[in-house]
Amino acid sequence: MENSEEHKIVSFKTYLIILVSLICFTLLSVFVTKIDLGNISIIVALSIAAIKSLLVFSVFMHLYYDKKMYSIMVAGVILLMTLVLIITFLDYGF
Amino acid sequence: MSNSNLPNYLEYKGKYKGIFAWIFSTDHKKIGLLYLYSIMSFFIVGAILGLLMKLELIAPGKTIMEAKSYNAVFTMHGITMIFLIVVPGIPAIFGNFFLPILIGAKDVFYPKLNLLSWWLYIIGAAIALSSQFMNGASPDTGWTFYAPYSFRTQSNVLPALIGAFVLGFSSILTGLNFIVTMHRMRAPGMGWFKMPLFPWTLYGTAWIQLLATPVIGITLLMVVAERVLNIGFFDPALGGDPVLYQHLFWIYSHPAVYIMILPAMGVISEVIPTFAKKEIFGYNAIVISTLLIAFVGYFVWGHHMFTAGMSETSLFAFSFLTFLVAIPSAIKIFNWLATLYKGSIVLKTPMYWAVSFLFVFMIGGLSGLVLGAMAINVHLHDTAFVVSHFHFIVFGGVGFAFFAGIHYWFPKIYGKMYDAWWADTGWIVFFFGFLLLYTPMFYLGIAGMPRRYYDYVPEFHFANILSSFGAFIMIAGLVIIIINLFRSAKNGEKAEVSPWGGQTLEWTISSPPILENFEEIPEIK
Amino acid sequence: MEQDTHDHYDHEGSKLGMWLFIFTELLFFGGLFIVYGVSRYKNGIAFSMSAEELDVTIGTVNTIILLISSATIAMSISSIQMKKAKLTIALLSVTLILGIIFLINKYFEWGAKIDHGLYPGSDVLQQFGNGETLFFGLYYFMTGLHALHIIIGMIFIAVMIVKVRNGKIHADRFVQLENAGLYWHLVDIIWIFLFPLFYLIA
Ligand SMILES: [Cu+2]
Repeated sequence: MENSEEHKIVSFKTYLIILVSLICFTLLSVFVTKIDLGNISIIVALSIAAIKSLLVFSVFMHLYYDKKMYSIMVAGVILLMTLVLIITFLDYGF
Repeated sequence: MSNSNLPNYLEYKGKYKGIFAWIFSTDHKKIGLLYLYSIMSFFIVGAILGLLMKLELIAPGKTIMEAKSYNAVFTMHGITMIFLIVVPGIPAIFGNFFLPILIGAKDVFYPKLNLLSWWLYIIGAAIALSSQFMNGASPDTGWTFYAPYSFRTQSNVLPALIGAFVLGFSSILTGLNFIVTMHRMRAPGMGWFKMPLFPWTLYGTAWIQLLATPVIGITLLMVVAERVLNIGFFDPALGGDPVLYQHLFWIYSHPAVYIMILPAMGVISEVIPTFAKKEIFGYNAIVISTLLIAFVGYFVWGHHMFTAGMSETSLFAFSFLTFLVAIPSAIKIFNWLATLYKGSIVLKTPMYWAVSFLFVFMIGGLSGLVLGAMAINVHLHDTAFVVSHFHFIVFGGVGFAFFAGIHYWFPKIYGKMYDAWWADTGWIVFFFGFLLLYTPMFYLGIAGMPRRYYDYVPEFHFANILSSFGAFIMIAGLVIIIINLFRSAKNGEKAEVSPWGGQTLEWTISSPPILENFEEIPEIK
Repeated sequence: MEQDTHDHYDHEGSKLGMWLFIFTELLFFGGLFIVYGVSRYKNGIAFSMSAEELDVTIGTVNTIILLISSATIAMSISSIQMKKAKLTIALLSVTLILGIIFLINKYFEWGAKIDHGLYPGSDVLQQFGNGETLFFGLYYFMTGLHALHIIIGMIFIAVMIVKVRNGKIHADRFVQLENAGLYWHLVDIIWIFLFPLFYLIA
């Protein structure tokens, strides 16, 4: 099979910007959960984790630069996991 | 078209000799046959275990074994039949042999990984079966390993769990290999919607293998951790939740039913058009229903737990979703029937199997709907009715499709024709035995006979006699089939390139195929 | 093995294979996250109390270490594309060392817990309630499995260093390095979720 696809070279600068923002988000989540928000704090912490993983997926793992197919597959898998989790919780939370 | 002059894959001399030319071969066709021989051997073991159970049930009270041995026998029968036979089954045998050929490729994408999958299969099987020969009792949990019994019992559950875990790896790697193969190695001109239906069903199956198997993997590991490390994930005494185990187990094991049945549907979708001399009716509908089954099949697992004490919301949701997933299966049945309608049907052995597949699969599917209805489920749960239902689906579905497939592709695999008269005889004996074996169990279940007991009240005696006799007849049919195929592979008449007039790519190449299938990669118009 | 024609190079295909494997891994941990979710739902207070036993500082430091290592391995892929083999090896080595530091931290963290008698089946835990036992069971099982993935990833990276040095991996053939990167990022993402679920719910 011929391999004619071009591979984009992502600059070090991009990676460093992402790294710094990932670290900032980490510190933010530690800080937010230090203040007592009750049940909301776990939601905030998990939302921040979701944003962080989105950054890792799209930049570090090149989903942003790659063929759309990969993003669709990742989205599908995450959707599947979420649905399974929700449906399991039908037995507990509702 | 005539057979090629190049050496075929069976004659090809590689680096290794004798048995090593097989167990170290990365040729997808040889690996397919390795699976065929290993799965058939395990199938004979599983069938003998099944026969022992039927022998025990031929009369009330103890007939040939104690209750404890009966528990061990049905556990081993389940583990062997599910994890060693029907789950790898059709994809590992026919998928390996024919997927690359059907899409016009020389091999799968990762030939070495493919060989590794087979080795993992053998290692997993050895570990699982070793539980029989170690000190202590054989596992007695049933193939479901339900908590908390699976970590309370003193029997050798550990090797069975670890074996199933390794087998899961084998299954995942096969699925992974097939998906990449179909994405990257279709012949020029073969768009997604020109791909034959058997590869399409393998595609749906492969995604389930990839995304459902890890869930059972981690669940089995957690049970191992319960036994070894005393962590109480599912142990109520340590704060765990045994019903959660059932959730996780069925999150895999319901989709696993589709791992088994989708490729079976694919085989039928190849056989029926060939012998009806017609193009398949509603190709797109079959493709889409395949993918829908694969997707919706993920969300119906709770129908195995209607009596486990789930919330009202779950009961409703799972019952609803279960009825929903029946629709795409029914679509396929209509497509096959419409293909037969006004076709010039040629009744040869593969077609007998395919048509009887439709029959047993419908009975299996409709009895599944009966069980999917909550109120009736409470009455039928854990009775012989359930056993009959899933044997009609799993054994009827996968088994009949497998025999349809082996009689369809046999001339291509070995380059020999089989004796049609013995093949047809084997089919009719098997079919009759099958119905006699499982139909009485529907009645027994409705009458209230529970599953997994070695004993029953005298009222159930007559139906059990019928069922046990059915088992003997079915095994007789099986023996006829196997001996016939075995002898024909050695001494059969030489097969032509296309003995049935099939339209797919495997019928354009030499029988048996040459080493890399095609002398020249075909272009699809 | 029997013939050489299998030796074709398909960058996209290999990468797809790696992604599919990552999906399997996601579902593998997905099963654990379901168990965590249900257990926490049923033992909310006990989980918060137990989480206080964990050291947020070590957790934060380890998170940052993994994030940096993810960035360095990503940068190594850019540098192999720019034909800078030495820089690639340097960046990969940094990644490897960061992985080792992560494991050393983990070792001391686990060691301290075990010294306090906090391990599955211990007498101390038995005096607490079921919720605490479950929390620590999950903590050891999930972080342990994650650590195992770190080790596998490190072996993967070590092999890549050797292959870059041998010239087997270069600017035109670097999909294996890219796959190693994908795997390492996956390990990172799992940790991104483990961190708040165990350390930040006190
Ligand atoms: Cu089911």
